[in-house]
Amino acid sequence: MFHWLEKNPFFFAVGVFIVIAYAGLIEILPNFAEAARPVKGLKPYTVLQLAGKEVYKKDNCIACHSQLIRPFKAETDRYGQYSLSGEYAYDRPFLWGSKRTGPDLHRVGNYRTPDWHANHMWNPKSVVPDSIMPAYKHQFTNVADLETAYAEAVTVKKVFGTPYGADIAPGKAAYEKELKTKILPEALKIATEMKRDDLIKMVKAGKVPEVVALVAYLEKLK
Amino acid sequence: MQSNATLEYDYTIAKLYMWTAVIFGIVGMTIGVLIASQLAFPDLNYLFGEYGTFSRLRPMHTNVVIYGFTVSGIFSTFYYVSQRVLKVSMGESKLLMGLGKLQFGLYLIAATGMVVSLAMGITASKEYAQMEWPLDALIVVIWVIWGVIMFGLIGLRREKTLYISLWYYIATFLGVAMLYLFNNAEVPTIFFSGGLGAWYHSVSMYAGTNDALVQWWWGHNAVAFVFTVPIIAIIYYFLPKESGQAIYSYKLSLLSFWGLMFVYLWAGGHHLLWSTVPDWMQTMGSVFSVILILPSWGSAINMLLTMKGEWNQLTKNPLVKFMVLASTFYMLSTLEGPIQAVKSVNAIAHFTDWIPGHVHDGVLGWVAFMIFAAIMHMAPRVFKREIYSKSLLESQFWIQTIGVVLYFTSMWIAGITQGMMWRAVDEYGNLVYSFIDTVSVLHPYYALRALGGLLYLIGMFMFAYNFFKTATAGRRLEQEPRYRSPMA
Repeated sequence: MFHWLEKNPFFFAVGVFIVIAYAGLIEILPNFAEAARPVKGLKPYTVLQLAGKEVYKKDNCIACHSQLIRPFKAETDRYGQYSLSGEYAYDRPFLWGSKRTGPDLHRVGNYRTPDWHANHMWNPKSVVPDSIMPAYKHQFTNVADLETAYAEAVTVKKVFGTPYGADIAPGKAAYEKELKTKILPEALKIATEMKRDDLIKMVKAGKVPEVVALVAYLEKLK
Repeated sequence: MQSNATLEYDYTIAKLYMWTAVIFGIVGMTIGVLIASQLAFPDLNYLFGEYGTFSRLRPMHTNVVIYGFTVSGIFSTFYYVSQRVLKVSMGESKLLMGLGKLQFGLYLIAATGMVVSLAMGITASKEYAQMEWPLDALIVVIWVIWGVIMFGLIGLRREKTLYISLWYYIATFLGVAMLYLFNNAEVPTIFFSGGLGAWYHSVSMYAGTNDALVQWWWGHNAVAFVFTVPIIAIIYYFLPKESGQAIYSYKLSLLSFWGLMFVYLWAGGHHLLWSTVPDWMQTMGSVFSVILILPSWGSAINMLLTMKGEWNQLTKNPLVKFMVLASTFYMLSTLEGPIQAVKSVNAIAHFTDWIPGHVHDGVLGWVAFMIFAAIMHMAPRVFKREIYSKSLLESQFWIQTIGVVLYFTSMWIAGITQGMMWRAVDEYGNLVYSFIDTVSVLHPYYALRALGGLLYLIGMFMFAYNFFKTATAGRRLEQEPRYRSPMA
């Protein structure tokens, strides 16, 4: 049979494809519906938090930080309750990471405060003297891309039925309204808690610095 | 009508990809040495402002060495090997030749787009699948063109039986196509939000645990179909060709090929041990990882036994040296992987530096060594010139070997040290170390690893120089060498 396959490339290719596709069908498909259910009470990310998640992706925090607490005592002692599948139901993409050069962040919102983050992102050594993490000062001046985050909220609501309210709707006008009534007030609250005048000033001028969005996202991780 | 003239193979495309392999090799490995040094000496994070932090550069390193260096190496060998084993020249078909040039052009555009977008922080954030949807779409086009060329050449072939290297190239094509399409399924946000936001932004089709499953089905099997399958294609052609020895066993190659195809795809779950993925999937991932030793060692042993009775070549020919050591590193890496995939070992190893250590004994010792050997075997035959310097190749071999050994030994120690410290408890059951203690302790190993990487990079520069000189200034050859590549 093998000799025959080697002279008949079409059937050879079909054979290879069947053999390699098999595992995915059996391992991945059956769990799909089950794993997609959110835990009770889970709220989708606000637009500001989504913008923060984009900052998290852009500066690629995932290179050094995981968001997955494994079910070992040493991990639950260090980081809190082990992670549950349903907690990730609105995470597109998942941000578990594969390397802990720094600590896990899945429940960082439980034990760090916005002003701790402000100091830490400005100069990690100011709060952890031996830290090898670089400072992210550019996040204090770069402006977060709120419109793209809003577009993401609209998209996941429409395509995947993520439970956002009626105010998350397509179009510039709906975005402007959300910006004024929800996003900026939320950002101002975070900026105030971060205790830095430059950040508060920027938010009041209608521009949300990346670090404010990022901290809003980190605060949601509980 | 059958012509009696000898067939002239057309290596235009193969040559182009050889050059890009060398260039991307230098770029990717230089970034690698920089980010390794940043972990030991954090002040190096501030060389290029927001574009120079470890976090921003790390995906740049992985993407450039995988999709730049390795994929260029794979394409260059494909455009060389496929013509020869099928007994058909690219030059015989204007269409295929045109498609080949188009494929190379699009590849350059995609690679440039990749580097620029990653520098800007535009990323889908899934490991080894960071590129956003416009680039993903371009890559699908490149891949389809490659498939058309592959099956086009096969359609025109004069040799009816497909040589084993082609089995592996076909598997590479199909495997990556399947995995890539599913893992990169994403929804561009601009189409659903009434034109709001950045046009290149998208959200993943899958959420949370599902996304993780699909991602590591991809992530693990990208290793299979980029770092293993095509590299086996390369060694099955170039080791016999360089040494003049026939493959040791046809049956062993059959077993390893079909075994690898069947088993590899199941093992992706070992990246998600102790996660929120169901237990039975984790166990399947673990078990199949161990089974994977069989087909992997099958190929490697087949290669080593091919040298049976001819081991003296190892002392005379640096290219054989590269390939034999590559097979050995392949064996090491495919034994180490399954060990890490055992659940109890994984509990310590996961999230630590042992994982990058494992990756690098595979990629530096096996993948890159095979690409170096293949390019140097092809160079005299496509440029019709002698290899510029044998002693340079010899020194490169030893410098890089020392580099790899430093790299993985330091990362073994670092990984296990950190894994044990994270879980250490005192007599009352309290954690002994704060997290930062487990970071500070790694400093000497990070420094050692950076040194290992630097040695490897120096070897890469030696290779680039040797290759450049071979292509431009090597002594002219009248005839194509039969086996052992001539070198000065």
